[in-house]
Amino acid sequence: MENQKMFKYANRKVEEYHLNTENVYSYWQETFKKFFRSKMATVLFVGVISLLLFTIFYTLFSKTDPYAKSKMIRDWNQPPSAAHWFGTDQLGRDIFARTWYGVKTSLLLSLTVGCIDMFFGVLAGLFWGYVRKADRFMTELYNIISNIPRTIILILLSYLLSPGFSTIVLGLCMTGWISVARFIRNKVFTIRDAEYNIASRSLGTKTRTIMFKNILPFLVSIIILETAITVPYTIGSEVFLGYIGLGLPQSTISLGTMVQAGISSFQAYPSQLMYPTLILSFITVSFYLLGNKLSDVSEPKNYE
Amino acid sequence: MLKYLSKRMFHSIFTVIIVSFLIFALLRLMPTSGYFTRNDYERLSESQREMYLEEIGVKGNVVINYGKFVINTFKGDLGDSITISPGTPVSSIISEKAGYSISFGLAGVFLSVIFGIILGTLMAQYKNTFIDHLGTFYVVFVRSVPNLIYLFMIQIFVTKWLNLPTQFVETDPRTWFLPVFSIAIVSSANYAIWIRRFMVDEKTKEYVRFNTSKGISDTRNFYRHIFRNAVTPIAQRIPVEILLTIAGFLVVENLYGIPGMGRLLVSAIQRQDNNLVQVLVLIFSVLGVFGIMLGDILMTLIDPRIKLSKEA
Repeated sequence: MENQKMFKYANRKVEEYHLNTENVYSYWQETFKKFFRSKMATVLFVGVISLLLFTIFYTLFSKTDPYAKSKMIRDWNQPPSAAHWFGTDQLGRDIFARTWYGVKTSLLLSLTVGCIDMFFGVLAGLFWGYVRKADRFMTELYNIISNIPRTIILILLSYLLSPGFSTIVLGLCMTGWISVARFIRNKVFTIRDAEYNIASRSLGTKTRTIMFKNILPFLVSIIILETAITVPYTIGSEVFLGYIGLGLPQSTISLGTMVQAGISSFQAYPSQLMYPTLILSFITVSFYLLGNKLSDVSEPKNYE
Repeated sequence: MLKYLSKRMFHSIFTVIIVSFLIFALLRLMPTSGYFTRNDYERLSESQREMYLEEIGVKGNVVINYGKFVINTFKGDLGDSITISPGTPVSSIISEKAGYSISFGLAGVFLSVIFGIILGTLMAQYKNTFIDHLGTFYVVFVRSVPNLIYLFMIQIFVTKWLNLPTQFVETDPRTWFLPVFSIAIVSSANYAIWIRRFMVDEKTKEYVRFNTSKGISDTRNFYRHIFRNAVTPIAQRIPVEILLTIAGFLVVENLYGIPGMGRLLVSAIQRQDNNLVQVLVLIFSVLGVFGIMLGDILMTLIDPRIKLSKEA
């Protein structure tokens, strides 16, 4: 009977109890927390987002016409000034404006390539992973496609069809989708034989339902990863093609054409190459680093 | 082992056939004016042009023409160049240039492997110190910024600084160094990051701790045991790397005016010489395919634990 003094009635309701022990582990929250713990990633992330926003707003609202040529010789090849922040090129066009329009084009290109790759890659990957009989054929296909140097296909296609936006997209996507597909297929493999899936199957859930319900959570991370990796590669390919003479036409403003123009006028006016290049490098390096960091962080196996 | 080798080779040949057929078929989609010099195009009548095109295998049944092409290839006849050097057999043009590309390519690969492995090893050994960060910075820079940009910068600044001529001159050894160096810079980044990753992974393995408990010094442990195990996968990657440096290769050859296959391809594209483009693209693709096959075989030879055949 003395025990009564040791214990006090807790007076808790059942609902409260549930709330306290409901330890919500959210994959996404954890992942992003880890991501932002790294100062460098946060800084770069902020930088990239601001660059993106600036590009969008500048190209939408700026009054400077990037195509405006000048017939006055004294407007040509101006160094940076208050009127033209990056100076002017050999036809008097404002380089600052051209750079940002160029960024827009290049990013649009990367986004298109990324989306198409993702779309076909994910579908193919799901199919590849879930349909056992397809594995042999798809693996063979993968081996063949990955053996073909992407550069060669790019050169070939640009040579055949007239060089342009859609040609580059086609060239890059032709070999790109299979890597996404393989990645998805591996993920599917790890999930497919997980016990809860076996349970689902034995309960009679349609394969299609299983496929979509389980893959969807991965998709967001894959999309982000794919974009982060595609951007540097696309911009690099575009610059490369431009150098060979198979890039976007000179009338289009893109980072590739800007670099081209900058290189040819480098001896006389080095600043014309410098500024677009700096912006370009910032973009590619940031996306590359962010992509790496994100892929490290989304792999839960890295953290025990 | 032999079974695996033959299987793998068959696989690669099959890939080459498919790839070459694709290239062959795709190229025939080109505007046919590319097969004639300006004069010829205007002089010949429509039906004469058709006849010529049929003869060189552009019109007509794709499969039959492909077959003819293959047979001709084995006979050594790869067609004639059309715009670059009209009438000259493609095979003689390419054989002139091949020597340069091969020597530069091999020298570049050699340099990049050595430099890359040394850098990667240092980065792994002094992980998370200044050396590691510097190396990482270098690798990230090389991998993300388009090759053309920094290679161009290097060309401009180094030639100014060291007072070298910018274009390649066969007789002047001073001009040999920069192109090789440029190729090496691009590839070594990949080797460095791989070696670093492999060595870091190896460090976590149990035999390393066992060695330490036996009393083996860290350095000896590192270089004698970890290094050997980490190098194995690199051997597989080397042939693949060779093929991946095609883009950088094209850029370097163009920048420095090296009369090699890369520069030839660029000129052929600009002057729309279909025959030349076709053969060159084929060569690069075949090199790529066989490079990968070589890499797989190399890996099985070096590491007896790996068996890539499907035996249960």
